[in-house]
Amino acid sequence: MSDRFLSISQVQMRFERNGIVNPVLKDINLEVNRGEYISLIGHSGCGKSTVLNIIAGLLTASEGVVIVDNREVNAPGPDRALVFQNHSLLPWLTVYQNVELAVEKIFKGKKSKKEQREWILHNLDMVNMSHALDRLPSEISGGMKQRVGIARALAMEPKVLLLDEPFGALDALTRAHLQDEVMRIQNELKNTVVMITHDVDEAVLLSDRIVMMTNGPSATIGQILDIDLPRPRDRLALADDPTYNHYRHEVLSFLHEKQRKVESIGKLRQQKKAGDKQTASA
Amino acid sequence: MMNSDTLERLQTTPKVKSKPFVETAAFKQLKESMGKIVPPIVIMSILLLIWEIMCSGEGARLPGPSKVISDTWELITNPFYNNGGSDVGMAWQILASLERVAMGYSLAVVVGVALGVLVGQSTWALRGLDPLFQVLRTVPPLAWLPLSLAGFQDGNPSAIFVIFITAIWPIIINTSVGIRNIPEDYRNVSRVIQHNGIEYFWKIMLPAAAPYIFSGLRIGVGLSWLAIVAAEMLIGGVGIGFFIWDAWNSSLISDIVLALVYVGIVGFILDRCVAWVGNKITRGTSAA
Repeated sequence: MSDRFLSISQVQMRFERNGIVNPVLKDINLEVNRGEYISLIGHSGCGKSTVLNIIAGLLTASEGVVIVDNREVNAPGPDRALVFQNHSLLPWLTVYQNVELAVEKIFKGKKSKKEQREWILHNLDMVNMSHALDRLPSEISGGMKQRVGIARALAMEPKVLLLDEPFGALDALTRAHLQDEVMRIQNELKNTVVMITHDVDEAVLLSDRIVMMTNGPSATIGQILDIDLPRPRDRLALADDPTYNHYRHEVLSFLHEKQRKVESIGKLRQQKKAGDKQTASA
Repeated sequence: MMNSDTLERLQTTPKVKSKPFVETAAFKQLKESMGKIVPPIVIMSILLLIWEIMCSGEGARLPGPSKVISDTWELITNPFYNNGGSDVGMAWQILASLERVAMGYSLAVVVGVALGVLVGQSTWALRGLDPLFQVLRTVPPLAWLPLSLAGFQDGNPSAIFVIFITAIWPIIINTSVGIRNIPEDYRNVSRVIQHNGIEYFWKIMLPAAAPYIFSGLRIGVGLSWLAIVAAEMLIGGVGIGFFIWDAWNSSLISDIVLALVYVGIVGFILDRCVAWVGNKITRGTSAA
């Protein structure tokens, strides 16, 4: 059995509306090993979320195939649990009940009521939310809501954990806290993780490999960077580490130099002037 | 002109007067409650006074509050009397009306929510049924009465039908909006957990749409109460609407005024009940 746990093969994605075809993804090929932490990074609109949704099975690729643990993916399921950008906790359920919703469906018949309860409590404890079991989402902070979202995903015992910009909606301090929590959980559980992020530091700090995508349309994988930093990783110590900074530089250079999204305005003005001169002399 | 002596004396005299007593928490709460109760009482008293003054002259066509109370004293103090037929106390009249509302409204809730879910879920059903809804809902409740009398040949089912057809439109519309406004993220959560259709309906769809549904239910109950009073004026029998019409025919204007006060209070209570139930069920989540 190969060690390739998650395999994305020649995936293309096109969206069609009223006859107009919008090619979003082209030739996406990626092999992920069991226990690896992958970050997907790229400019806005390059199709990162589309890739994640295809892995999750919420979208079907126009062409190509996704294989998880030797099984083809074509529908959503708890083996590829998703942590959404906006927590998506159900507002009428308490913290405990939100995780229970997933557990009672997925483990019906497989775990007893008592075991289910213990499992829910265990996962909430893992994200340090044991003190707020009976609170409604409206009564807890954004960071806490996201933690519950992570607990819910972990409680599904997924083969692949998918994180869609999980900390994007949080302030920098909370983000740092949650990044440390995720690292700690990852150290313990050794999940296979695919995370979308905009934050270069986050990507370098948390991942084993960074997958950098080109700009849309027809976005593809531009470059894959191996992050060879020893674990556990300490953000303060790494701030002065030359290897860390080198990786950071690589990613930034890809994003800002090789994949510059916005044309420089000086260039545009020059083009316009040249164009005006031509029409004037015509 | 100030010399240094006066200045010194001024500086040493304490400027702040000490309070006569310490404000305890209970006292503060009392002040707050009074702040809420006093304004309505004041306004009510002023309005009652104006009403009394305007209707106290010899040629007054409408009775003032004192005349209303003196004329209807027996009705107020004896709400449960029963002299047979439609000569019964106010409580029985109101209960009879509420019974009709209960039946018509319950039917409207069941059918309305079902249709609302259908129209919310299926674009095809929306396109097919919406034009019908938009046209029918503009028909005033009483305009349905002749038709339903012709159909049912009896006052009571006709009144219940009028309630049904009045209350159902806000319920359908609000339910379908609630269903359509379920955030896609909830749908995705359900898909990842692999809920089947029935589980999705009970665990996610209905609770997510509940705030909207209860808005529709509140509007529906208000409209029902309006419709029953009007319908009963036309069909007779026992009911608060019939009571009002009968009092008019007997020129008992004070009775009418009393009935109106009761109608308003009961309508208010009905609205509050539905709101309370809604709040409990949705656990305070409001429409997103």
